[in-house]
Amino acid sequence: MSDGPSVHERGCGGADAGEQAERTDGGEAPQPHTVRLELVDEPGELLAALKPIAENGGNLLSIFHERGNLTPRGRIPVAVDLECPPDRFDVIVDALREEGINVIQAGAERFGEEVSILLVGHLVDTDLSDTLRQIEECANASLTDISLSAPEGRDQPSSARLRLAARKGEVASAVESVRAVASEKGLDVIEPLTEGSA
Amino acid sequence: MSPGKRLAVLGAGAVGASVVELAGEYGHEVTAFADSRSAVVDPDGLDTAAVLDRKESEGVVGQGDPEDALAAEYDVLVEATPTTLGDAEPGFSHVRGALERDRHVVLANKGPVAERYADVMALADESAGDVRFEATVGGAIPVLSTIEDLTPDRVAAARGVLNGTANFVLTRMAAEGLGYEHVLAEAQDLGVAEADPSFDVEGTDAALKCVILANVLSQGEREYTLADAEVEGIKNVPGSALDLAAEDGRTVRLIGEATRDRVRVGPRLVPETDALAVSGTRNIVQLETEYAGQLNVSGRGAGGPETATAVLADVGRLD
Repeated sequence: MSDGPSVHERGCGGADAGEQAERTDGGEAPQPHTVRLELVDEPGELLAALKPIAENGGNLLSIFHERGNLTPRGRIPVAVDLECPPDRFDVIVDALREEGINVIQAGAERFGEEVSILLVGHLVDTDLSDTLRQIEECANASLTDISLSAPEGRDQPSSARLRLAARKGEVASAVESVRAVASEKGLDVIEPLTEGSA
Repeated sequence: MSPGKRLAVLGAGAVGASVVELAGEYGHEVTAFADSRSAVVDPDGLDTAAVLDRKESEGVVGQGDPEDALAAEYDVLVEATPTTLGDAEPGFSHVRGALERDRHVVLANKGPVAERYADVMALADESAGDVRFEATVGGAIPVLSTIEDLTPDRVAAARGVLNGTANFVLTRMAAEGLGYEHVLAEAQDLGVAEADPSFDVEGTDAALKCVILANVLSQGEREYTLADAEVEGIKNVPGSALDLAAEDGRTVRLIGEATRDRVRVGPRLVPETDALAVSGTRNIVQLETEYAGQLNVSGRGAGGPETATAVLADVGRLD
């Protein structure tokens, strides 16, 4: 992500919006997707490309605007990460094409890997929602699911299972970030064995 | 198979006693046997059944001083005294004594190769004797000889379940929905856990084995001791964590990992169907190899006769 000048905007609160989409749709949980676009280097082009996504129920997660690179046609490649229910994705891609935007790749998920991880400790007393917010911010991953189990009440340690979607090859660093956030709060992490780990 | 050897066995716990018991079956004779207080020596070979009976009934193996066993006639010293940390004594001195006499050493005691690997290897370099220690990692499971066959250069990592007690506790907690303390008490009643289980449940035992693996993989380029390992035990794993893992088709296992760069032991989330999710007291080691993908070796990681088979396999590999 560091090649050339770039705009990299991280959409926060993705999980909240995702939960909302799930409720209103009553359908399947939102999933992360990536679309690669080609844009002409003119003011307003990027905004015009994002509108069909938002209007069709997509939740923007990040935009990678590779201004330093040009496609073979002399345009600027843009990668957009978004979240939407699976049945909405085709609608969004069609809407983009109707706007005359060149979609060079759709559906190859940038958040291509999901990882489950357990947090253990005094989760409620240490402000679980703040913990989750920090994890989403620091881990560069999207929280797709959480389950909490506190069978013995607030006095005893409770457990939470998080499911995070991360980019391919970035699972290990996302897990490392979760460890750092948890360690600040005195929580234990039971992490999965990830590819390439020791 | 090399010809029969004369063995001096130090340590009369479950492993040492089993080595003495099984040596004859493997074509070897025991010329010396010592526990912490006594020894018995016979250059023509001990009557092993009689010696083991005496240990059983009187609590000693013979009339001699434990030092007598070290000075006895033998080809291979089997060091099976309890693992000690730090200076790894008295095990380390036993190893030195044998190597300085140009005798072979086979270790079941983890201390010398976990805490003083470089010292042991330096002594072996100066000696006509060899040092082998298959029994220190994974009990009956042929882990180190497998790495030796693959060659350590072509093994990137070793990971696995290396403590049967911790694995038993986690397995029972998940299966019965019981708490840690409850299951631990049950394990103690069954003799799976010791009265003081801290060595097992705090991850120390698994960490020592991983340290040994890291030393083998590093081939002397870097020396590991227990102090270099990141170690976390299973005491803080609540039943609720296992429940949440199970809902997701996963479970929690105390996994040890060793590479040339890192030694790490801690509770980890693994799929219930994963090879590493062995149940009960079973152990497994998974090797990440350069040309052969993942290689899993599983079996009994502890126990007298089980570990003795690893000791005797090492004896058989000596020239």
